[in-house]
Amino acid sequence: MRTMDIVQILLYVVILTVLAVPLGRYMAKVFSGEKTWTDPFFRPLEKLIYRLTGTEEQSEMGWKQYAGALLIFNFCGFIVLFLLQLLQKYLPLNPQGFGTVSPDLAFNTAASFITNTNWQAYSGESTMSYLVQMAGLTVQNFVSAATGIAVVVALTRGLARKSASTIGNFWVDITRSILWVLLPLSIIGALILTQQGVIQNFSTYLHLTTLDGGKQTLAMGPVASQEAIKMFGTNGGGFFNANSAHPFENPTPITNFLEMLFILLIPAALPFTFGRMVGNPKQGRVIFVTMLVLFLILVGVTYSSEIFGNPNVTALGISGPSAMEGKEVRFGVANSALFATVTTAASCGAVNAMHDSLTPLGGMVPMLQMMLGEVVFGGVGAGLYGMLIFVILTVFIVGLMVGRTPEYLGKKIESWEMKMATIAILVPAVTILVGSGLASITKAGTSSILNPGPHGLSEILYAFTSAAANNGSAFAGLNANTPFYNIALGIAILLGRFGIILPVLAIAGGMVKKKAVPEGPGTFQTTGLLFGSLLAGIVIIISALTFFPALALGPIVEHLMMIGK
Amino acid sequence: MLKQFAKSFAMLLVMIVLTGIAYPLVITGLAQIIFPHQANGSLVYKGGQVVGSQLIGQNFNDPKYFQSRPSAAGKNGYDATASGGSNLGPTNKEFLNSVAERANNIRQQNGLSPNQAVPSDLVTASASGLDPDITPAGAMIQIPRIAKLRNLSAETVKNLVQRNTASPQLGIFGEPRVNVLQLNLDLDNLTK
Repeated sequence: MRTMDIVQILLYVVILTVLAVPLGRYMAKVFSGEKTWTDPFFRPLEKLIYRLTGTEEQSEMGWKQYAGALLIFNFCGFIVLFLLQLLQKYLPLNPQGFGTVSPDLAFNTAASFITNTNWQAYSGESTMSYLVQMAGLTVQNFVSAATGIAVVVALTRGLARKSASTIGNFWVDITRSILWVLLPLSIIGALILTQQGVIQNFSTYLHLTTLDGGKQTLAMGPVASQEAIKMFGTNGGGFFNANSAHPFENPTPITNFLEMLFILLIPAALPFTFGRMVGNPKQGRVIFVTMLVLFLILVGVTYSSEIFGNPNVTALGISGPSAMEGKEVRFGVANSALFATVTTAASCGAVNAMHDSLTPLGGMVPMLQMMLGEVVFGGVGAGLYGMLIFVILTVFIVGLMVGRTPEYLGKKIESWEMKMATIAILVPAVTILVGSGLASITKAGTSSILNPGPHGLSEILYAFTSAAANNGSAFAGLNANTPFYNIALGIAILLGRFGIILPVLAIAGGMVKKKAVPEGPGTFQTTGLLFGSLLAGIVIIISALTFFPALALGPIVEHLMMIGK
Repeated sequence: MLKQFAKSFAMLLVMIVLTGIAYPLVITGLAQIIFPHQANGSLVYKGGQVVGSQLIGQNFNDPKYFQSRPSAAGKNGYDATASGGSNLGPTNKEFLNSVAERANNIRQQNGLSPNQAVPSDLVTASASGLDPDITPAGAMIQIPRIAKLRNLSAETVKNLVQRNTASPQLGIFGEPRVNVLQLNLDLDNLTK
C-alpha cells in the first residue's frame, strides 16, 4: 500500500492548497472591511453584538490599547472557565454527576484553553460535564482562535499602513473572525462529521450488554460541534481522552482526512490573506511555499520512520506494519504519520495515534516542529505571526551580511523591532529548556514518567515543548495530572502564549508609525526562491542550535538503541 | 480599567451564548433530524436489544467469536468511559514482553506453529483502546479456529470475512479493515 500512502499525502497537500487560496482572499476582505458575499448573513448579527457590548466599530486602537483589550478579555475568559470547573457539580447538563475539578487541574485547563493550547491533564469522558465542554471549552476554542487571528491581522496592518498610529480594533477583529470564518466553517464541518458517525447528543452514558455477554458503557455527548472547532481553531482538545483516535470523534478515514484539512486550512490561508493586505500577493506566496516545503520534508521523515517501524517487534515473529502500537487499524501507518505531522505543524495537538508509542524519530518530528515555534503553517494566526518574526530576523541577518539597513515591505527594521523579535524567540526556548531541566532533576518531575531510559526524558521534553508552543498534544504516558505538572505546565503555557503575543503587537506598534522608503536598486527582495531558502534556513538553524542537545539525549539516543539491538 | 473589564465580560457573555450554547444546540437539533442514527452512536441491535456501537470495539473472550485487538482502555479493555492507549514506548521492555506474550497466546489459541508470523494489529493496543476493526490478515488467521468451534467450513467463514472487509473509502482513504462486531453478528446469524 506504499503507493496509496504517497497518493493520500500528496492529495492532502493539493486539496489544502486549492482551498487555502480562496479562503485567504476571502479573509483579506473580511479584515479590510470590504464587502463579501456572506455579509447579508453575518452583518446584522455583527451589528447586534456591537450594540450589546457597546463597541464602536469605527474607533481604532494603538498597539498598547489593543494588547490591553486582548489581555483583559483573555483574563475574563480564564476566570469564567476556572469557575465553571470548580462549580460544575452545582450546574446543569451534568448527567454523569461529575464532581468539582481540583483547583490545580482547573488552573491548568483554564490556562490551556484560553491560550489555544488545549493541553489536557484530564480525561474528558470522566471529568467534564456537557456544560463545561460546551459553554466553557468550546467557547474558548472559538475565542482563543479568534485572538490568534486578531493578532496576526493587527501585525499585518502594522506592516501595511504607513505613518499611522493604530492597528485595528480588537473587538471588531475577534467578532469578525468568529462570525465570518470560524462559526460558518464549524457548522458545515460539524454536520459533515456527524454524517460519518461523530456523535451529537445530550444523552446519559449508555449501558449495554455486549454480544458475548460482557458489560460496556458508551460515553456520549455533544461531540461533533466541539470536534469541528477543535480542528478549525487548531485547538486540539479532545472531547474524549483518546482525542481524534476515539471512533466517536474520528470514525472513518474520510473524517480523518477532513479533520487534517480542517487543522491546516486557516493557517495555510493566512499567508495569502497577508499578501493581499500588504498589497503584494508575492510576499504571502513566498511564506506559504516556504511553509509547504518544510512541511513536506518533515512529513517525509515521520512517515519513513513509522514505515521503517520497530525491528524489535518484527523480531518477535510479527507480520504487517511493526509500529502499530497506539495506532488505529482504519488509519494505519500513513494516516497516523500524516496526522501527527499536521497536528504539530499547527498548534493543534489533536492526535489520532498515541505519540508516546511512535517510533523515536517519528516522535521527534512532532517535537521538533513545536520547537521551531510551530511556524510550518502553525496555529491559526500564531503560525503566521511566528513566521513573520523569523522573516524579520532573516531580513536583519541578511542586512548585517551585506552591510545595509534591514528593511521589510519598505520599512526599516530597527532596534525596537529586533529586541521584540528576540524576546519572542527566546521566551518559548527558555521556558522549554528550563522547565524540562527542572522537571528532570526533581522527584516531582521524574516520578510521573512512564517509559524508562531516554524515552522518559522525551516525555518530559515533549510536555514542556507542547505547553510552551501552545500545542497540547502529549507523550501521554507522563502522568501530568499532578500539582507539579499542572502548575509548571500552566505557567509554561501562559508564557508561551503572551510572551510572544505582546512582543508581536509591540512590533506592529513600532512598524505602523514608520514611513515607507521607496524601493531602490539595493533593496533586498523578500520574495522569490532566494528569500524563501534563507527563511527556511534561519528557522531550522535557530531551532537546531537551541534544541539539538536535548533531542540528542532523548529521541536520537533511543533510535540508536532501537536499531542497535 | 473597570470599563474594560465590563466590556470584556459583556463580549464573553455574548460569545458564550453564541458559540457555547446556540451553536451546539443548533448542531444537535440538525444532527438529530438529519442523521439521528449517527448522532446517537451508530448503535447496533440484535433482537431489539442494543448490543454495541458499530464504531466502538468490544471484548470477545469467547473463542467462538473473532477477537478484537488488545485494548488499554480501562482495566479489562474496551472500557468506553476510559478511552486511551498504552502509551508504551518502542524500546520499553514491558511493551516488547507483552507483544511476545500476546503473540504466543494467539499462536496457541489458533493452533499455529511457534514460528508462524502473527499480524501486528492483533498484538498491539490501539490508540483509543476502542478500535472496532482488525486487519483482513488479523481476521484470516482466526478463521480455522472459528470454523472448527462452530462446525462451519473454512470457506464459509472466509466468505463472511471477505463480505465484512471494508475497502479504503472512495478507493483512496484509509486501510482495508474488518469490523469485528459486525462480523461476529453475521457469524451468529449464520449458525442460528
